[in-house]
Amino acid sequence: MKKKLKEIKNSRIVKVLFARKSVVFCLIVLAVLILAAIFAPLITVYDPYKQDLTSMLQGVSLTHPLGTDSMGRDLLTRIIYGGRISFVVGLVSVLIAGGIGMVLGLIAGMAGGIIDAVIMRIMDAMMSVPMIIMALFLGSIFGKGLGNICLAIGISMIPSYARVTRGQVLTVREMDYITAGTLCGASKFVNTLKHILPNCISSNIVLMTMNLGNAILNEAALSFLGMGINPPTASWGSMVNDGYKYMSSNPVIAIAPGLFIMIVVLCFNMVGDALRDAMDPKLRGTLGKKKKKKARAVKTVNA
Amino acid sequence: MNKKILKMIGKRIVQSIIVVFIVTLLVFLLMQLVPGDPIVNFLGSNATEEQVAYYTELFGYDKPVLVQYGKWILGLFHGQMGRSVAYQAEISGILFQRLGITISIVIPAFILAVVLGIVLGILAAKKRGSRLDSAISVFANIGMSMPMFWFGMLLIMFFALKLGVLPTSGFVAFKDSPGQYISHMVLPMIVLAMNPLATFTRQTRSSMLEVIRQDYVTTARAKGLGQKAITFKHQLRNALIPIITVMGTTLGGMIGGTVLVESIFVVPGLGNLMITAIKGRDFMVVENGVLVIAIAVALCNLVVDILYGIIDPRIRND
Repeated sequence: MKKKLKEIKNSRIVKVLFARKSVVFCLIVLAVLILAAIFAPLITVYDPYKQDLTSMLQGVSLTHPLGTDSMGRDLLTRIIYGGRISFVVGLVSVLIAGGIGMVLGLIAGMAGGIIDAVIMRIMDAMMSVPMIIMALFLGSIFGKGLGNICLAIGISMIPSYARVTRGQVLTVREMDYITAGTLCGASKFVNTLKHILPNCISSNIVLMTMNLGNAILNEAALSFLGMGINPPTASWGSMVNDGYKYMSSNPVIAIAPGLFIMIVVLCFNMVGDALRDAMDPKLRGTLGKKKKKKARAVKTVNA
Repeated sequence: MNKKILKMIGKRIVQSIIVVFIVTLLVFLLMQLVPGDPIVNFLGSNATEEQVAYYTELFGYDKPVLVQYGKWILGLFHGQMGRSVAYQAEISGILFQRLGITISIVIPAFILAVVLGIVLGILAAKKRGSRLDSAISVFANIGMSMPMFWFGMLLIMFFALKLGVLPTSGFVAFKDSPGQYISHMVLPMIVLAMNPLATFTRQTRSSMLEVIRQDYVTTARAKGLGQKAITFKHQLRNALIPIITVMGTTLGGMIGGTVLVESIFVVPGLGNLMITAIKGRDFMVVENGVLVIAIAVALCNLVVDILYGIIDPRIRND
């Protein structure tokens, strides 16, 4: 176990990732927000759903750091609880998209012929409908609610995973070790599961990290349009929508949740970009060189 | 035009037709799963059984699913999309009028995003590692992460409510009053252009950085070519190929983005129509709306493929 942890710590990808200060900062911000969402009841004393009409639309104060909304609920508390929805939707929808997309891509790539053509044409058709329209459309079929929104957003993201996986399968299946496996008697199924699938996972993980932000943005957009999470559940998108009415009198109600969406999406995008660069073989050896060069220069000067 | 290019375009047109056909099939089948009856929704819960039966027959919802699909497809070939339950009118008329409004926002926003994105991307690549590069990168990252509806709201708050220089919402057609059209479209255009602008900036920067150190650039410099000629004739032309790929997908995304922009700025476009139709369970409008959007995206991708051939002689002669 210890050895494995050490291996992970020393791996090139982790080294390259942590060489960027901005990525480390983003990871810290994400960790703080995720922990805050998980342990929300321990962080805040307020109930995110309990209405208190005597203290509605209050400004920023020590008791309510971001003020209260039109129902008198503490805004910061609702933002912290709202994070649960965003993170869950982000994670579950990319897992749904990644899981189904990878299976479809594997089948298309390995089967070839008419199965490949049918699967990929369906993926093309899905891709020709913009993601938000697809999510809206599927959302109208499945209905509102957390599970249905995850499913709608997840399905709308499937084609990109299927395409990436299929491309990867087409490259990997021509490799010598796959032929060697076949010669040793491995069936197509075993070859696919043991040798081809593991080679498709890393590119899909990168795509998943990069799509986490998109999934969160889509959930917020659906909730803003009133077609996402049901009120009174705290969701950042619906909170912006609620605050929209009080834009001139109490702008914080709408600005604060939007700011949190932006921060979270920005952090996921930065981490996703860094992960993509770290895993890109074309950039191998070029990343993190600045630091090494600096260290070498300092050594030379000291010498 | 080169024969090979024509063949490539022909092949892509056939592929696009197949994709659009699959879209009709998927959309139609999925719409059958939608809970709620559009006729009951339209007439309200107080409607009598006779009224429901009459309207169900009038709109053809009593027919078998396959017959309904066949009727829809046949109608499409005759330019008829069916009747909207909510609007009590032929859908094609409503859809294309709304599509015109949507296009009048999307096209200027796209041009703004492409021009500004390429300029910023070139600047960032040329001044790599400088403060300007960092500022442009931060701007692009923020632009990609900002929720569209939230950005629109901030602009309304500042330019319309605080400064009072632009209207908060609404739409005026260009032919009615060009000045009013521009003042009403400035904010929606900026909001719609923000995310693509960030995408183009990032793509241009990384593409330019890739070509900046290529041998042919060194050769051009050794030949004594000026910096402008090197940048625009040798670097940008080669860097444009991946940018054009992004353009196709981005334009499709922008058409999707109008759902949010039109909702915030109360623009009576296709996006707004889709939201109303989805909320009102007006199945036929949703079906046809998705189809029109899919056709628009397929057309964008087709144009991108043709542009490839024009910009890159390697593809033209391949």
